[in-house]
Amino acid sequence: MKNLAEITDVRINGRGGQGAVTASRLLAEAAIIEGQYVHAFPNFGPERAGAPVTSFARISPEPFYEKTEVYEPHIVVVIDPTLLDDVPVVEGLRDGGTIVVNYDGEKDSLVKYFEGVHANIYKVAGSIIATEEIGRNVPNLVMLGALIKVTKLVEIESLKKVTLNRFKGVLGEKNVVAINRAFEEVE
Amino acid sequence: MSGVRQVVGMTGDEAVAHAVKLVNPDVVAAYPITPQTIIVERYSDFVNNGEVDTSFISVESEHSAMSACVGASLTGARVFTATASAGLALMYEILYVASGMRCPIVLAVANRAFSAPINIHGECTDQLVCRDASWVSLFGESAQEAYDETILSFKIAEHPDVMLPAMFGIEGFIVTHALERVETLSKQQVEDFIPASRIVRDRFCPDENKTFGSLVLQDYYMEIKRQQEEAMQNAYKVTEDAMQEFSEMSGRKMEIIEKYQLEDADYAFVSYGATAGNAKAVVDRLRAKGEKVGALKIRLFRPFPSMDIFQALSGIKAATILDRSATFGSPGTIVQTDIASALYGKENVPSLHGYINGLGGRVLTLPEIEEVYEMSKEYNNIGMTSTTDWVGYRK
Repeated sequence: MKNLAEITDVRINGRGGQGAVTASRLLAEAAIIEGQYVHAFPNFGPERAGAPVTSFARISPEPFYEKTEVYEPHIVVVIDPTLLDDVPVVEGLRDGGTIVVNYDGEKDSLVKYFEGVHANIYKVAGSIIATEEIGRNVPNLVMLGALIKVTKLVEIESLKKVTLNRFKGVLGEKNVVAINRAFEEVE
Repeated sequence: MSGVRQVVGMTGDEAVAHAVKLVNPDVVAAYPITPQTIIVERYSDFVNNGEVDTSFISVESEHSAMSACVGASLTGARVFTATASAGLALMYEILYVASGMRCPIVLAVANRAFSAPINIHGECTDQLVCRDASWVSLFGESAQEAYDETILSFKIAEHPDVMLPAMFGIEGFIVTHALERVETLSKQQVEDFIPASRIVRDRFCPDENKTFGSLVLQDYYMEIKRQQEEAMQNAYKVTEDAMQEFSEMSGRKMEIIEKYQLEDADYAFVSYGATAGNAKAVVDRLRAKGEKVGALKIRLFRPFPSMDIFQALSGIKAATILDRSATFGSPGTIVQTDIASALYGKENVPSLHGYINGLGGRVLTLPEIEEVYEMSKEYNNIGMTSTTDWVGYRK
C-alpha cells in the first residue's frame, strides 16, 4: 500500500483573471523543489474573465499514481470573497479539512457562512494586502502565503523562490512582501 | 554518466517541447490545436530565441503539416510534428504516405475526443484508430513518460531496421496541461542516445535525379506493403532494445508493458495512458482490502506486444480492460479485441471484460473503477469469458 493517506488535495476557487491557475502551478512548483510529488491542473472549460474557475493541486511527499480531478479536497482556498455567495466553495471538502478565505471582515462574520461545516476556517484580508503591497487586487499568491502558514504544505522559502523565478524583478519582490504579510496576518 | 538528476516542474506539453529541444530536429511543421498547442508554442519560442537550429514551417492545416513533414523527411531531415483529434484525422491520408514512403517522422498526439459534439478533452480514440497506418504507436501515462517517449520515438523510427514513422500519445489536459515533476536529461545524454543526424540511405538531394512516391500498381504494391509489415515486426525488438538502453541511460525503468503487483495476482487491470495510473492507485486500495489484484500497462500499442501480454496475463482469472476510446458496433473495445486476438486459443488465460469509459474527458473515479472490478469478478464467477460494457455515464 502506497501511502494512501499522505496525499493532500487542494482546490483553489477563484474567478477568471485572478490567477487561480498560476496559484496551483506555483504551489506545485514549490512542492517539487522540496522533492515532493505533484499533479496540478486547472479545470478547463468555457472560462471568461470574472466567471468562477477552479484549479487543483495534488501533493504528496511520496510518488503516487492517480490522475483524476479533485472531488474531495482536504484544503480549499477561496481567492475571491464574492464567491461565497455564488459558489458552493465547501463542496466535497473533507470532514475536518481546511478552508482559507480572502475576507476582510471579522472572522465571526465569515464563520457564519460555514454553519454545519466541520472544517478549520481561516481568513486573511488578501485583497487589501494585494492592493497595498502589489498595487493591484491580484491576491492569488497572497492566499498561498496564508495557506502554507496554516497547513505547512510547503516551506515559505520554497514559495518565495518559485514566485521570484516566475515574476522577475519588482513584481516578484512585491509578491514576496505580500506573501510574507499574509503568512503573518492569517487568522 | 547521468550524474545528478535535474528535476523540473513541467506540464505534459511542456515536457514534449523540452525533449524535442534536446533532439533539435531539422524541421518542425505543425498547426496548433488544443490541447497540443503548448507543444508548438513553446517550440516556436525556442526557434525564435535561437535555442535550436530547427526550421519551423507554419502551415494552414494538419494535412499540410504532415505533407511538409513528408517532404522534409525525404531530404533526409529529422522531422517532428504534433497534433490532436480533428488535426490527426485531417492528417490521416498523409499518415499512410509517410509510412509508405518510409519517413521516420515523430508525431506527438495530445489525445482528444473527436467531434461531434465538439469537445476538447482527453480520450484516446484519435490515436487508436490510426492503428493500421503502419506507424509505431506508444502511449504515456505522465509528463515524465511524455518527455521520455519523445526522445525514444526518434530512436525507434530512425533505426535502419524500422524506418517507419512513430507517434506517441498523452491525454488532453489531465496530462498535457497538468504540472508534474520531470527528471530531465542533459543534451549530452540525448546526443549519446540518438545520432546527431539521421542515418540516411537514400534521399532527395539537388545534384541527383531521383523519383520518390511513384505509381506502383498490381506489379509491386503488395511487396512494398509487405516490407512495411516486416519493418513493423522489427520495430518490436528495436523498441525493446531502445527502452533497455534508455533505462540504463536515464535510471528510469522503461518497458513495452509495465507490470504492477501482478506476480501473485488472481485479477488484473489492463490499461494505457493516464488511466493506467488510476488502475495502479486502485490496485493499492484493493490490495489494502486483501484483494489479489495487479495492473498491466501497455506502452507500445503498435506493434502490438501480443506475447508480452499473454505472458503477463497467464494464470489470471479475469482481466478488466479500461479503454478510454469509443468504438461502435464492435465485438469489444479497441484494445480488448486486440488482446482477445492475442490470447485466442491459448490455455490458462483470463476472461476479458472491456469497459468503454472516460470519453470526452469524463473521469472514471477510483471508487467507480473498484465497482467495475467487482463487475468483472462477477462476470467471471458466472462463467462469462468475454463482456463489453460502457461505464461512467448517465443511464
